[in-house]
Amino acid sequence: MNSFELTYRAMAAKTLPMQELAPRNRRPLRTWVTTAAMVIGGALTLGGCVSVTAPDKPIVIELNINIKQEVVYRLAADAANTIDKNPDVF
Amino acid sequence: MIRSNKPRNLRLAGLGGMTLGLILSAMPVAAQSANPAYAAARAAGQIGEQIDGYLGFPSSPSADVRRTAEDVNIKRRAIYAERASATHSTQEDYAFTTACRLILKTRPGEKYQAPDGSWHTRTAEAPLRDPKCAAADTAPN
Repeated sequence: MNSFELTYRAMAAKTLPMQELAPRNRRPLRTWVTTAAMVIGGALTLGGCVSVTAPDKPIVIELNINIKQEVVYRLAADAANTIDKNPDVF
Repeated sequence: MIRSNKPRNLRLAGLGGMTLGLILSAMPVAAQSANPAYAAARAAGQIGEQIDGYLGFPSSPSADVRRTAEDVNIKRRAIYAERASATHSTQEDYAFTTACRLILKTRPGEKYQAPDGSWHTRTAEAPLRDPKCAAADTAPN
């Protein structure tokens, strides 16, 4: 009985599920799908690439001029009034 | 000067009537009599309007001319400082804005400084000014 059991177990280990034949069949498929997805994904990434090149001229924001112009605009009336009120120095 | 003062004269005369008109017409006379040395040096082109709101010398000045201009510049600086604080601006900005008006107000024959710092004699044509000065002309009075 004991020997039979041992023999049976040894034989049972040789059955297909025990040898993981079914999972072995499934795993390569999953790996292939993953690989294909990665390849397609890589291709898509490369195809959808937007190439950005740095401008050869520096980006200059002419902010000071606008601010100054606004200041001049705001002060003009007061300045004109000051000139009229002080004719001996202007 | 002619272009900028005409509407002001017309409007003031219309608003204020005789009294204001009389004061306004008396002002140029007062300006000339208050400081004859300054008026003479201006007319002679010994003193010119700078772009920074102060008087400068297109040619090397005599001691008298230099004193006259420096005296006026000190008074101008005091006025700029007072108005700058009243308008919450800087003295430089206020002086620059005033210079825009002053250069436009120069009479033919008087000297003024162009944006590049060179001295020019005012003609009947518009003076050479900094582009930022355009804002001073369009500003509401």
